[in-house]
Amino acid sequence: MHGHNPAFYETLSSFLGGYYLSLAAMNGVAACYLWVSGRGRRLFGVPTYLLWLFSALAFTIVSPLAASGDPALIPGLSQGFRNVLDAIFNPVVYSVGSLVLVFGMFFARRFFVNPTVAWIVLNSAFVFMGLSMTDPDFFEIVKKPDNVPIVGMVYLLGFFTWVGASQAVKNDDRRRQGLGPLEAEDQEKVLVWPDLVYTEMICMIGLMALLIVWAILLQAPLEEPASSVKTPNPSKAPWYFLGLQEMLVYFDPWMAGVVLPSMVVFGLMAVPFIDFNKAGNGYYTIDERKFAYMTFQFGFLVLWVTLIVMGTFLRGPNWNFFGLYETWDPHKVAALNNVDLSEIVWIEMLGMERPRPAPDDGLLVGWSKILLRESPGIILVVLYLAVLPPALVLYSKFFRGMFVRMGFLRYMLLTNLLLFMMMLPIKMVCRWTFNLKYIIAIPEYLTNF
Amino acid sequence: MPSLSEIIRGSQVWKSVFRHPMPVDRRNRIVVMLTNFFLHLHPVSIKKQGIALSYTWCMGGVTFFLFLVETVTGVLLMFYYRPTLEWAYNDILALRDVTSMGILRELHRWGAHAMVITVWLHMYRVFLTGSYKPPREFNWVVGVILLLLTLLLSFTGYLLPWDQLAIWAITVGSNMARATPVLGYEGPGNQLLTVDGISMITSASDARFGLLGARFVGEETLNRFYVLHCVAIPLAASLLLAIHFWRVRKDGGISGPL
Repeated sequence: MHGHNPAFYETLSSFLGGYYLSLAAMNGVAACYLWVSGRGRRLFGVPTYLLWLFSALAFTIVSPLAASGDPALIPGLSQGFRNVLDAIFNPVVYSVGSLVLVFGMFFARRFFVNPTVAWIVLNSAFVFMGLSMTDPDFFEIVKKPDNVPIVGMVYLLGFFTWVGASQAVKNDDRRRQGLGPLEAEDQEKVLVWPDLVYTEMICMIGLMALLIVWAILLQAPLEEPASSVKTPNPSKAPWYFLGLQEMLVYFDPWMAGVVLPSMVVFGLMAVPFIDFNKAGNGYYTIDERKFAYMTFQFGFLVLWVTLIVMGTFLRGPNWNFFGLYETWDPHKVAALNNVDLSEIVWIEMLGMERPRPAPDDGLLVGWSKILLRESPGIILVVLYLAVLPPALVLYSKFFRGMFVRMGFLRYMLLTNLLLFMMMLPIKMVCRWTFNLKYIIAIPEYLTNF
Repeated sequence: MPSLSEIIRGSQVWKSVFRHPMPVDRRNRIVVMLTNFFLHLHPVSIKKQGIALSYTWCMGGVTFFLFLVETVTGVLLMFYYRPTLEWAYNDILALRDVTSMGILRELHRWGAHAMVITVWLHMYRVFLTGSYKPPREFNWVVGVILLLLTLLLSFTGYLLPWDQLAIWAITVGSNMARATPVLGYEGPGNQLLTVDGISMITSASDARFGLLGARFVGEETLNRFYVLHCVAIPLAASLLLAIHFWRVRKDGGISGPL
């Protein structure tokens, strides 16, 4: 596409050389630490510090190649491989994939918290990033100054999810042996001066240094002066609101922009009053609060973060979906023949005209026609939000236990919040599989759902 | 012959500020926490486990530090910046091209992005350790409002450079307010507030208009967002921060196993 654009390779090299060198340093430090502290483990009989030392050497060799600016020497992904990745990458694969990943990490948490495994995953993620950078289209998006923090956030979230999970697994193991959590082990008290204030000062100095380096290396973006007639394509909200913008694809603005965000805020505030589980107060654990843990992971990592990542890296002109390495072509045409549920039921399934309010119908007649037309969707929504929760009480032991402990109101609040969370992936899948537009469509009163 | 530092520390001026000797022994390490305004946010002693980095991730503290960085760099930026259509963009341009060693805006912008991320990480940690459970329910609620304020601070600040990136991000972000139920003129129930057949909710009186101060993102919006960004939201956030810290102490300090 961009061929051998020398300017591109020059920018790329100036970044990648240092990038691989940092990876080498990172692995070198890890190797030294494990060797000196004697904490190293063995992988297939080989001490892990030798592996990291070897990785550090490999990165050191790669670094000057990447810095050379010669496209033939910079390690990258072949065009064929990138095309295959782009071809299998679509919204369904991405969303379902991230869901499977989060649940997979949950079920296989004992495997992932192993430091050796985690270190290999971290290195692979960095290598994948480095290799992907050689794609001009990918590099173009990643190097946007405002997108740099998002890349950082993805790695930070991965790291801290790992920290939290490994602390939790340690505590869960202790509990099985009849011990209390690690946090309860050491009840020693220390004076805040010097133990805490010095830590804080070191943190502040380190952070300030980081900010200054970041500010010198990366200039804040400033585009052309504002013009209300030149609409950029794509027009994107600030990155932390991209999840909401993505929801606009599946919901009307009053839901995606007003009702659902308000529910996120109120749902978060309601958390301490809904979670009746007394265990896990003040220490990391997963086993003692699996349901709360997975609900939060689903809401935060899957619904909030992956949608931001999708909105940043995979949504291009006209908000069309593009693969990681695909050129953002503003003329890409996406089929947009979405249909409402009432159309599917009345026209396709029953083979009838949809009831339609006539202009001279009174308010009452008009509304009854609308309600009749939309009855399939209304019944579905009532079943989903009002009938499903009580049905769960009857048929699921887990939800019955919850109902007994929470009482009717709190139980309905919890299940409705959960069902609203689930509605997003459900609507996404409905859209991609049978082009469902609205479950209830009352355009006459701007109420589409 | 006393050394210079001994002379300074023995002077009446020094003693009027710091009312006790250097905190090198146990007694004075306790006294310093009680007599210093900035340190009195802390308790005198604390559970060793409670301040372990592997436990707290330091993210609440980092967020507060970034709030301070934003305040200081923000005040400095206000010396340079005029929120008018005529000057806003040019002032930012001058800040980049004319000011020597100008990384002020970079510090402010990257600090803001970082703060959004660290607030999320702080919330993540508090959730994972179940630290919102009784007796800390209320402080979690205050924290959620602070999270919201952080996002709004960042959102209102996004407009101020007045470039294409700014107005279109704010246009996209605020368009949804048009569809607010009942109060938005493109929202469901927009006809409910009707008096004598005249709808009270129009494009010049709905929720979006209230946010933007105009029908579209223009000079009124710039002024409105400037005041929100520099005065209103920081004041609200400062008050809630004070409550947040106070309640950490009153609800039993940094959380730990009961």
